[in-house]
Amino acid sequence: MSNFFSPRKRLSHLCLLLSGLLAGSYASAQETFPVNGIADPREGCYAFVKATIVKSAGNVLNNASLVIRNGRIVSVGNGPVPKDAVVIDCGGKYIYPSFVDAYSDYGTQPAKKASGGYRGDPQFLSATKGAFGWNQSIKSEINAASIFQVDGTAAESLRNAGFGTVLSHQQDGIARGTGVLVTLADDRENKVLIREKASAQFSFDKGSSTQNYPSSLMGSIALLRQTFLDAQWYQSHPAKEGTNLTLQAWNDSRALPQVFDAQDKWDALRADKVGDEFGVQYIIKASGNEYQRIPEMVATKASFILPLTFPQPIDVEDPNDARFVALSDMKHWELAPTEAAAFEKANIPFCLTASGLKDLKQFLGAVRKSIEYGLSEQKALDALTLSAARIIKADDLVGSLEPGKLANFLVTSGAIFNENTVLFQNWVQGKKYIIKDEGWKDVRGTYTLTLTPGNTRYTLLLKGTAATPTLSLLQQDTLAGSITINDKLIKIAFPLKKGGAQLRLSGVAGTNEWSGTGLDTAGKWVKWNAAFSAAYTRQDTAKPKSAPQLGNMYYPFNGYGWEALPKQQDILIKNATVWTNEKEGKLENTDVLVRNGKIAQIGKNLPAGNARVIDGTGKHLTPGIIDEHSHIAISKGVNEGTQSVTSEVRIADVVNPDDVNIYRQLSGGVTASHLLHGSANTIGGQSQLIKLRWGADAEELKFAGSDPFIKFALGENVKQSNWGERQRERFPQTRMGVEQVLTDAFTRARDYEKEGAGKRRDLEMDALVEILNSKRFITCHSYVQSEINMLLHVADTFHFKVNTFTHILEGYKVADKMKQHGAGAGTFADWWAYKMEVQDAIPYNATIMQRVGLNVAINSDDAEMARRLNQEAAKSIKYGDMTEEEALKLVTINPAKLLHVAERTGSIKTGKDADLVLWNDNPLSIYAKAEKTMVDGIVYFDREKDLELRQRISAERNRLVLKMLSEKKKGTPTQRAAASREEMYHCEDLQAGHQQRLTDGNNEL
Amino acid sequence: MKRSLLTYITALSCSAVMAQETIYPAPPQAKPVYLTNATIHIGNGQVIEKGSLSFANGKIVAVGNNLPAPSADVKVIDLQGKHVYPGVIAPLTTVGLTEVEAVRSTNDFSEVGEINPSVRSLVAYNTDSKVINTLRSNGILLAQVTPEGGMIPGSSSVVQLDAWNWEDAAYKADGAIHFYMPSLLPPPATPGRFSITKDRAEEFAEKTEKVRSFLSEAKAYLQEDKHTAVNLKFEAVSKLFTKQQKLFIHCNLVKEMLVAVDFAKEFGIEVVIAGGADSWMIADVLKQNNIAVVLAQPHSLPVMQDDDVDQPYKTAAQLQQAGVLFCLSNEGFWQQRNLPFEAGTASTYGLSKEEALAAVTLNAAKILGIDKITGSLETGKDANITISTGDLLDMRSSVVTQAFIQGREVSLDNKHKQLYERYKYKYGLK
Repeated sequence: MSNFFSPRKRLSHLCLLLSGLLAGSYASAQETFPVNGIADPREGCYAFVKATIVKSAGNVLNNASLVIRNGRIVSVGNGPVPKDAVVIDCGGKYIYPSFVDAYSDYGTQPAKKASGGYRGDPQFLSATKGAFGWNQSIKSEINAASIFQVDGTAAESLRNAGFGTVLSHQQDGIARGTGVLVTLADDRENKVLIREKASAQFSFDKGSSTQNYPSSLMGSIALLRQTFLDAQWYQSHPAKEGTNLTLQAWNDSRALPQVFDAQDKWDALRADKVGDEFGVQYIIKASGNEYQRIPEMVATKASFILPLTFPQPIDVEDPNDARFVALSDMKHWELAPTEAAAFEKANIPFCLTASGLKDLKQFLGAVRKSIEYGLSEQKALDALTLSAARIIKADDLVGSLEPGKLANFLVTSGAIFNENTVLFQNWVQGKKYIIKDEGWKDVRGTYTLTLTPGNTRYTLLLKGTAATPTLSLLQQDTLAGSITINDKLIKIAFPLKKGGAQLRLSGVAGTNEWSGTGLDTAGKWVKWNAAFSAAYTRQDTAKPKSAPQLGNMYYPFNGYGWEALPKQQDILIKNATVWTNEKEGKLENTDVLVRNGKIAQIGKNLPAGNARVIDGTGKHLTPGIIDEHSHIAISKGVNEGTQSVTSEVRIADVVNPDDVNIYRQLSGGVTASHLLHGSANTIGGQSQLIKLRWGADAEELKFAGSDPFIKFALGENVKQSNWGERQRERFPQTRMGVEQVLTDAFTRARDYEKEGAGKRRDLEMDALVEILNSKRFITCHSYVQSEINMLLHVADTFHFKVNTFTHILEGYKVADKMKQHGAGAGTFADWWAYKMEVQDAIPYNATIMQRVGLNVAINSDDAEMARRLNQEAAKSIKYGDMTEEEALKLVTINPAKLLHVAERTGSIKTGKDADLVLWNDNPLSIYAKAEKTMVDGIVYFDREKDLELRQRISAERNRLVLKMLSEKKKGTPTQRAAASREEMYHCEDLQAGHQQRLTDGNNEL
Repeated sequence: MKRSLLTYITALSCSAVMAQETIYPAPPQAKPVYLTNATIHIGNGQVIEKGSLSFANGKIVAVGNNLPAPSADVKVIDLQGKHVYPGVIAPLTTVGLTEVEAVRSTNDFSEVGEINPSVRSLVAYNTDSKVINTLRSNGILLAQVTPEGGMIPGSSSVVQLDAWNWEDAAYKADGAIHFYMPSLLPPPATPGRFSITKDRAEEFAEKTEKVRSFLSEAKAYLQEDKHTAVNLKFEAVSKLFTKQQKLFIHCNLVKEMLVAVDFAKEFGIEVVIAGGADSWMIADVLKQNNIAVVLAQPHSLPVMQDDDVDQPYKTAAQLQQAGVLFCLSNEGFWQQRNLPFEAGTASTYGLSKEEALAAVTLNAAKILGIDKITGSLETGKDANITISTGDLLDMRSSVVTQAFIQGREVSLDNKHKQLYERYKYKYGLK
């Protein structure tokens, strides 16, 4: 009965702070801070004995001791207990290393967000004062250590969640400076700051920067890339640059762990790719949807910091609101808790972070949920302790219970992930912080209560939980009473018969027995004592949880995604009308054999062999449609229109494979799309040709080996004619200025190319030099004849060719000049009147240009119209009497030629890629539907399969709706049904964002 | 000096303007016309092969296979198998109210204020818009010129597209009042940015209540003839309550449309749903309540990413199947020339070709309240006729060769054709 009961009163936060400042510092006696009063040096030597000690995940010592002194671990195991140690009996208790959070903003003040935005006054340079860099979102000079302040409230919440150490940084900007490693002790900053520069931190989010550049994700990526180069260059201390403290700080922090905050699974890959280019392996702070692309995550070879921010079930009670929640959002709700398990299964190194949780009290529950969804307990612990420490190179200090490491550990009532386990204490740097003291001593059991005078005996049973036991009197009828234990003080009351008066006692829960005084039911004073007679045999009432039933993964993560990615197969299309686009023209009753993704043979009555046979009788087979001007499948912004020259930005960096428009356009026979930067500035960004391989990741979507292109633009958009009154500062504001922007850019590029060793590598200039050397090709947004003529002159002056004029609605006026120059044209069939520069646009444009001898394509610039480009092509039959075969070429072989891939695709010819569409009718008729669309011999859209997918979507939605309804019924907090986002862009869209047809009808060019 | 130079340049450029200004509105029909040897699409589902159609004084006199031989003073046109259609009617358009979308000074479709029923689009309709000629030449002969902005931006009028001024153009003045219902679409959630704080439903209720109380007060006001102060807004909706005017409620989502249906019942007025993207979901309800739909363009993306990829294409067929009276629309102004192709797509996805035609002719006329005088090629109706070499609904074959409005043979010339000729000339093309 020794140590019978020793709960400790919880100290207020203020008391803790005072004790930290005045007494409890376990550092050496000498320090710079003077003492006001009497010095109180303590070594804080404690021995925790008889404990189950988990040194690290899987490394468990039973009945072992942990000795600490001066805030560090002295021994773990069976080492001698020093004489001056305060001995704490931890019989029945567990000791774990305190958790390490590798991703925190603890103690750093959030950066102030100033108002601004693209409709505000333009800001071309950083507003940060001092000898820093040009861009406000590159903040390498920020050291979290310099701004770090202990935050008692936040520290307590983190400690209560099990954490002892965090790597903290100011979460603002693209380069966020260095992170600081701090413990969560309530002590002076000098003591808790254990590594001043522990990491360098990055993201793609410009944060509080009010500077215009970058406004898009691709701009952020380009800026990051350029800063790598600038920092390398700065190492040579270029006189021209002077002092640049930002670049200096960037270079100084290169050896630290580099942590990248990715806000999406694709961002994780994007960050990793930039890192690879510069020999940096980022540690990736994940967003929570990486489980949707595990093979790609493996390929990064990165370590990950996984958040546990699982979405709440969506309130789908109102079916008409639930309609606007996409299946992908519902599925994410269901599958998000599988993230850590998926990482474990794939052997990807990872740790867990509490970052992003609204309430830290949810943290352990979220870990448990991950375990319920397949994460092993051992891995979970490891991810919270040693792995976390290792990932941020802090395992010399924390992460496991080893001599020499910080005395950061948790004392718990049992196995840490057991739902009933209580976290009693979190010791940080050798100081105790009580999380919960009730139940430290389990008082439950049977007691004999003796009252004097009279020597009356009662048998009392204490059960319930260790923290809040309940009392009952055991006699013929068991009667419920009450008990309150507050530190050493105890209060007991119970009736002697049902509904009878209460016997009321109070006293002290002493070390060996409980005793005190009270009033009996007659109101007479009595003395009492209670002796323990038998332990409570606990019944584990927790039901073992069955593994959750989960839906299948879709690739991409969309209702129309594949459960398993499709494979190439040999296909024989029999007896179709084949539009070859070659000199053979249109072949009736012809077979086409597809093998290994290529067109293997064209002829009559071809043998099928092992090929799948598709009957083409009465149907038309054409080459796949190529959309020369598209903005689908792009993440977070199509324009980096913040400067007039942004040739450094690349659509290739922001390809979004999840865009449902890929699938929708396959249903309209599109097999390749040229993804262009927008038209907000004169020299826009680099474009990317993709094939519509629905389900593939961004790299696999890219049309391998195709020539690089870039978007230019002229006219109203680049001179900001329709941007409102405030946008009157950026050069150029006239077509006169546009010429000068171009001339200036290419003049600089030519000089740059000639510059010798030691030049600053400039990605903007590199792209222009590629143009000058015919290694990169221009697609130029243009409308009126004067500007077309102008660009031809600029190109001639600098000896390069303008490959393609896009939109080019007045191309018909200067078709002869374009022909002479060698430019091609990609235009709309019949758009006009939406702005001043299209007043002379005519639907005969394509025909005239084609008849003058230009290579002409019809393109979309619109996710909806792209689904029926065959119809847009057919308008040239109506307007200008083009032949049907020539009209089809406008959307197939002609754009293939414009894009330099005519050797690979665009016609039906042996050896070419099997990018084919089978139509139920003449493809130039409005009555034609694409029945099957294949890319590289894989059928990515099949109208019959599409019907099955619709049913699957409906069934899966229904399953998840029912599941979420039952969650709501159980009382699980829900989130409001929000309309799922779909990113969609046109040329002129300035901001990364969402266009929803039903709310903003007007999204004209 | 500078000023006079500018004046000079302006004058010069004016005189150099294209021959647009010589495209004249046609004079009244002087002589009866007899079209023969044509495939005649009546507009009501009926097709007459090798048929004839005669019209005089702007009205259709006869249509069929065995018409009496025309007398000598009749102009006979042998169409040699061409197709004859009712003139296409474009509902819900800003044609004539805007010329260059991005240039504010050319925009006359949106007034200040939330409830402006007395505002009339007709008086701003610019018959000299260059856009109008490009619609006529694709067979679009009538348009419902419709204001936008706020909740009740005013009344729309149907115009015929060959006129000297808006008075000449007026075909049915102020036939509809428009109500743009606020959206009930749950706002999209952007993680970490704006979470939904205000319930969209509250805002919706607040705004629709404004319109509801406006109508209630108007109805009460109109019970009494004498008023100390005349309320123009109330006066402007008087015909709604006598059903001489319809209320077009612009909305797309199921709950919005159900509210629209309720408006019809509550105020005893004739309601038409304009938009109706999700109308396929409640087609039966709309049918039961006799609510007509002016369907938003089929050439749209599905409302939601999980929707059938061809949902907007097939909505028309679903309404047809449920027996809902509907017609098709197209957004904007210059875009109206593609309205027949919207019908073509609706046909690809389920409507018969004649049903698709009705969706841009007779059904539109019914919904706009002009079916007694136009919308089909039936005896007694206005001779609003489009003639095409092939299928009008398919761009592969649609070439409009002639058109008549009220029996007047209208010019099919337009700025685009003229520029085409100009540059064929430049390049020596035939």
